[in-house]
Amino acid sequence: MDLFEYQGKQYFARYGIPVSAGDIADTVEQAVAVATRVGYPVVIKAQVKVGGRGKAGGVKLAANAEEAARHAGSILGLDIKGHVVGRLWVEHASDIAREYYASFTLDRPNKVHLGMLSAQGGVEIETVAAESPDAIATLAIDPVVGLDVATARRWVAEAGLDEVARAGAADLLVALYRCYTEGDCDLTEVNPLILTPDGRVHALDAKVTLDDNAAYRHPEWDEFRATETEDPREQMARAKGLNYIGLSGSVGIIANGAGLAMSTLDVVNQVGGSAANFLDIGGGADAGVMAAALEVINHDPSVRAIFVNIFGGITRVDEVARGVLEALGRVKIAAPIVLRLDGTNAEEGRAILAPHLGENLMTEPTMLDAARRAVALANH
Amino acid sequence: MSIFVDENTTVIVQGLTGSQGRFHGLRNRDYGTKVVAGVTPGKGGTDVDGIPVYNTVAEAVSVTGATASFVVVPPPFASAAILEAAQAGITLIVCITEGIPAHDEARTYNRLVEEFPGVRLLGPNCPGVISPGKCNIGITAGEIALAGGPVGIVSRSGTLTYQALYELSQQGVGQTTCVGIGGDPVPGTNFIDCLSAFQDDPDTKAVMMIGEIGGSEEERAAEWIAAHMTKPVVAYIAGVTAPPGRKMGHAGAIISGTKGTAQAKMAALAAAGVHVCQNPTEAGEKMVELVRAL
Repeated sequence: MDLFEYQGKQYFARYGIPVSAGDIADTVEQAVAVATRVGYPVVIKAQVKVGGRGKAGGVKLAANAEEAARHAGSILGLDIKGHVVGRLWVEHASDIAREYYASFTLDRPNKVHLGMLSAQGGVEIETVAAESPDAIATLAIDPVVGLDVATARRWVAEAGLDEVARAGAADLLVALYRCYTEGDCDLTEVNPLILTPDGRVHALDAKVTLDDNAAYRHPEWDEFRATETEDPREQMARAKGLNYIGLSGSVGIIANGAGLAMSTLDVVNQVGGSAANFLDIGGGADAGVMAAALEVINHDPSVRAIFVNIFGGITRVDEVARGVLEALGRVKIAAPIVLRLDGTNAEEGRAILAPHLGENLMTEPTMLDAARRAVALANH
Repeated sequence: MSIFVDENTTVIVQGLTGSQGRFHGLRNRDYGTKVVAGVTPGKGGTDVDGIPVYNTVAEAVSVTGATASFVVVPPPFASAAILEAAQAGITLIVCITEGIPAHDEARTYNRLVEEFPGVRLLGPNCPGVISPGKCNIGITAGEIALAGGPVGIVSRSGTLTYQALYELSQQGVGQTTCVGIGGDPVPGTNFIDCLSAFQDDPDTKAVMMIGEIGGSEEERAAEWIAAHMTKPVVAYIAGVTAPPGRKMGHAGAIISGTKGTAQAKMAALAAAGVHVCQNPTEAGEKMVELVRAL
C-alpha cells in the first residue's frame, strides 16, 4: 500500500524523523486555517499518489491568507495524471540551504537492504542515476546487522553531504532505517531531505510503501487503508476476500493461482483480446468463492465475455464445475462464460457441466482454444 | 537421479497438527514420502494418523534422524519455525507459507546464510519439491507427475508448475525433479541453484524454467545459462501484459518502474540460447519435441 505524503510524514514522525509543522485540509477554509496556525509562508501540496505534482501545478507557495485561499482553490479538484486532488497538505515553508536524497528499499538480487543517499536531491533520482551515477552513495545493509550511527556517519561523508549537515543526517538516516524495518515498509524515500540555513536536517517530502503482508502486526495502518481510493471493482473484490486487479479490457478473467491468472491475461492478449481484470481465486476454491468471483466480474459493465481458466491440482475440477453451476443459480451473469478445465478430475468436471452447456456456458479443451473463443465473443 | 530430494529423504512436518499441515502432510506420506514425524509445540506425545508428534524439531530429529522439514505454519510463526529447523540440523527446509512480511524473510534468509551455510531453504510461498515416484514435499498433486525423467522443472508459480507437469506427463515425458521456488521477493533457493543442480544431475537431460515479472532472477539465470549450462532449457515467463506497479497475486510479482518486465526477461533468456515460448502449452510442446529428439 502506497501512502499519501501526509500519511508518510505522520508515519515518519512516529519514528522521530523531523518533518515540517503542518496539517491536512479538504477545503479552502481549512487550508487557510491550517496556514494561519502553522505560520506564513506556507507550502500547499496536492495529496495524490503519483509523481510530478510540482510540474502539474499541485505545489504552491503562499505568503498570506489571500494567496493561500487562491492556491488551495486552484489545487483542489485539479486532475494530476488521472488523480483528482481531494486533499491538501499545508505546512510551514522551510528555508532551504541544500537539498539531498535518501531512501531504503530491498535489494532483491542481493537479498539485503539497499540505502541510497545523494547530495543531489530535489530531482528525480532516476535522472541522477542516469546522468551522474557517482553522485549516489549506495549502502548494502545486512538485515541481521542493521544500520548503526557509526556506519551512517561514514555514509553521509562518502555521499558528500555538507559538513554541517552530517551529524543530523546520520541520526535521521538511522531513524529512517528503523521506520523502514520496524515499520515494515517496502520503500521509504525522502526527496528532498533538506538542510536549513540554521543547520537543521529534515524531511521535506515522504514517499512510503507499506508491505501488505505485515498488516497483521500494524493495527495503526487501518487509518491509511480507510483513505485508499480504490477502483470500485477492487473494493468489492477485497470485501469478498478475492485477489483482484481491475484492468481496462473486455474479457473477464477467473483463474486459480497467480501465475496461471497472469498467464491467462497474456494468452488473451496474444489472440487479439484484452483482459478486464486479474482475478486469482486461489487453491481449493468452492462454490461460494466462484460465485463471488463471477459476481465481481458481472458488475463490470465493460466485460463482454468471461474466461474461467482452471487447472486442478489440489483444487478438484469437479468441485469447480459444481461451483460454477451453484453460482449460476445464485447470480444472473450477463456475459457468456467460456471454461477451460484441466487437471485433477477434469473429465468429471466437464461431465457435470455438459447438460448445461449452451450459448452462455461453453467449454474448450485447451487454454488457447478457450482464449480464442472468449475473445471472439467479446469482440463480437 | 533427482535433485534435492529422493527416496531416502526423511521428512518432518512443522505444523502437522494444523488443518493444512495434516492435509498436505498425509498426502505427501500417501505418495510414498518418508514422513517420519510432526512438530507442534505443546502437542508432543500425540500423533496424526500414526505419525508421532514432538514439541520441538530437535526432539523429532534426535528420535527420527530426519534431514528435511516441511514448514506449514501461519506467517507470524514461519521465520521462527525455519530457524528452529536449521538449529536442529535439518538441511532442507521447504516452506509453503504465503504472506510472510518481506523484512522477516530478508532477516531469516541472511541468518541462514551466515549461521547455517549448509542449509537449503525452499520458498517461502512455494508449492514445494517433488521427485516423481520418490518423494513429494509440499502441495503439488503427485498424480500429475510422471517418474523416470528426463526433464527437470523449476518454477516461480504453483499452478503453472502443475500445468507444466501435466502437459509433459500427458505426452509420456517424465520428470526427474520439479522445484517450485516460490513467488516471494526473497526466495531461499533461486533459479541458478536449481539450474546448477540439474546441470550436475546425469539423469536430467533438459530443463523447463517458468518465471514471472518482478525482480531480476530470470536475467541472472540467463547469464548463468550462457556461461555454464550445456543442457537445453525451455522457458516461459508470465506477465507480459501485467500493469506496472501492481502486485500480481504473488508478493514478488511486480514491475517496479521499468524493471522486472516479462519482455526484458524473455529477451535475456533468448540471448542466452534458451527456447523462449509464448504460453505454457507452447513450452510443453517445445519440451516434448526436444526430448523426443534426444
